[in-house]
Amino acid sequence: MAIITPLKTAAEQQLVEQFANIKAELPGAGAMRKVREDAFAGFEAKGLPHRRLESWRYTDLRNLVREAMPLVRRPTRPQAIADRLALQTIAGRRFVTIDGVFSADDSDLTGLPEGIRARSLAEALTESPDEVAAAFTAPEVARDDSALMLNAAFAQDGVVIEIADGIELDQPIVLLALGTGASEASIVSRSLVKIGAGAKVTVVELQESVGAAPVQINHATSFVIGEGAQVEHVRMVSRQRAETVQVQSLLVELGGHAAFDSVAVAVNCGVLRQQSFLRYGGEHSRAALRGINLLRKQEHSDVTLVMDHAAAHGESRELFKTIIEGEGTGVFQGKVVVRPHSQKTDGSMKSHALLLNDGATMFNKPELEIFADDVVCGHGATVAQIDAEQLFYLMARGLPRPQAEALVLAAFVGEVADFVSDEGVHEIVGREIDCWLGQREGAPKPGVA
Amino acid sequence: MLEIRNLVVKIADEDKQILNGLNLTVNAGEVAAIMGPNGSGKSTLSYVIAGKEDYEVLDGEILLNGENLLEMEADARAAAGIFLAFQYPLEIPGVATMTFLKAAMNAQRKARGEAELLTPDFIKQVNGAADKLGIDREMLRRPLNVGFSGGEKKRMEILQMALLSPSMCILDETDSGLDIDALRIVAEGVNALRAQNRGFLVITHYQRLLDHIVPDTVHVMSKGRIVRTGGKELALELEKSGYASYGEAA
Repeated sequence: MAIITPLKTAAEQQLVEQFANIKAELPGAGAMRKVREDAFAGFEAKGLPHRRLESWRYTDLRNLVREAMPLVRRPTRPQAIADRLALQTIAGRRFVTIDGVFSADDSDLTGLPEGIRARSLAEALTESPDEVAAAFTAPEVARDDSALMLNAAFAQDGVVIEIADGIELDQPIVLLALGTGASEASIVSRSLVKIGAGAKVTVVELQESVGAAPVQINHATSFVIGEGAQVEHVRMVSRQRAETVQVQSLLVELGGHAAFDSVAVAVNCGVLRQQSFLRYGGEHSRAALRGINLLRKQEHSDVTLVMDHAAAHGESRELFKTIIEGEGTGVFQGKVVVRPHSQKTDGSMKSHALLLNDGATMFNKPELEIFADDVVCGHGATVAQIDAEQLFYLMARGLPRPQAEALVLAAFVGEVADFVSDEGVHEIVGREIDCWLGQREGAPKPGVA
Repeated sequence: MLEIRNLVVKIADEDKQILNGLNLTVNAGEVAAIMGPNGSGKSTLSYVIAGKEDYEVLDGEILLNGENLLEMEADARAAAGIFLAFQYPLEIPGVATMTFLKAAMNAQRKARGEAELLTPDFIKQVNGAADKLGIDREMLRRPLNVGFSGGEKKRMEILQMALLSPSMCILDETDSGLDIDALRIVAEGVNALRAQNRGFLVITHYQRLLDHIVPDTVHVMSKGRIVRTGGKELALELEKSGYASYGEAA
């Protein structure tokens, strides 16, 4: 048998040098130092994820990241950031990172109601490195993921939110991650959200960029959700440069009798990998991951998720809607894992895509790994064009073709968008969707309907 | 008003010819019925008039008030005054009925160079028309045709017909799937729209619908042609004798 010697790509070699140069400056002593060292050693052994790995088959990061851009250390704050911040108003508590670095001045740190604690990751790592380090342990189903290893090794900042037991918030917590795009750079950040037992919260993550330079983003958000807590989560990646390559990881540890409802939206997303790993740590929990991907030109969105039913009586729902035109590529890889003792698991996974022209591509790969015998699990995946019968019906009532198409497409993704229950957030998501639909060739100008 | 001359049509992707030199005229104020067995081309005729793309017109013309419909897309034909009440109205999940009605009414107004409807006027019109058809407000709040019964869908078609006020109404087997009560409500809705400046083409298998919507003219269609034309008594005759004498089994 031939012995394969792993050859490092230029980018991988650059990352080795970057880590050697920067590790002493990264926040977190003690256990965190070890977390970073171990994570980077794991990365060195594996290299960047590539297409020969089943879980990264459709997003060849090794090929996409030819060069590792330098890590942003002290971001600038151009006027465009201030302008965007002034426009981005959602009723709620806002916590801002700029190029992955927490911006206290732009965040609502004062007058927080009792039971909410918010600080930067760097601060949390300085105050209690050992405790925070524990939050970096990768979930079992993602232990081999070298993008997540890179995140743990390099994450220099982010937002840490702690919600006490029983707290109910009527307005969302908004994590606004703005990229300056001031120069070609790499942004690595991690946010930690801990939600106490019985709490009820909405957490919104908005990832936008204002500048002209493409960047590399590796962000992860980890949720630890207590017993009986109810969490709504919305993440929207939008307004990215076409050449920006981005990995967004969502890690969720769900307590018993808890609920986690997520809607992830990607629009003008550049090249995006969205990976979610959700573990049912207690019985009778419910989770739903849903999403909308709107892709055109050479945009790419890879939705990869693992629902790890490690406890009985869990319910999982996945529903993803993708619209692709131009030469865009969509990916849905969903896996539902049911462990041997996780009886009465109820899982349903669906991915539906509409391709608007010949050059558009969609890969659907639903998987079930079931080791218990008393479960209900199903999946469905479709790839289609706009329904010609529906179009004819609308046109026969006088709607011009572009308007009829816009109505059908808006309805197609609206089914997912309507799961966003906060009105203000729903409006912001709806606006980005309408804007994308409005940019289609021949699209009706807003206000016609 | 509507004039069809020597219409020859085949299915676009197949060699199957459906209409074989069909001639038909419907005048303003006239209610014309087309009867014929399954497969005689009745629904194809309605789709071709409305502008469905699955067909290829090999010969002939369709004129509405002198305008050649075959040169227009479906939306332009609607704006010109054609309305097709579908045999199977489409369910469109996610599109609110009211949003759709407003978009359709405004699109047609825009095509005619008229100003958009103001929301209060729009709601008033819809509610008024809905009440006449026994359509409750709850139905109007649902997505278009989703979860509607057969009768509700047909009533929704007639509601659209009333709101869009077309000059040429085509009803494609509007009686199918309706019970007697629903049939009566739908027929009353249609009769209320009968007017001097409006023509109707009522397509049906059965004479039953024509008891409620009494036609001025009855055409018998077979193998893609009109083979006989007469008054309303022709429908009764067909009900007794069937279509066998027209070279097709019923």
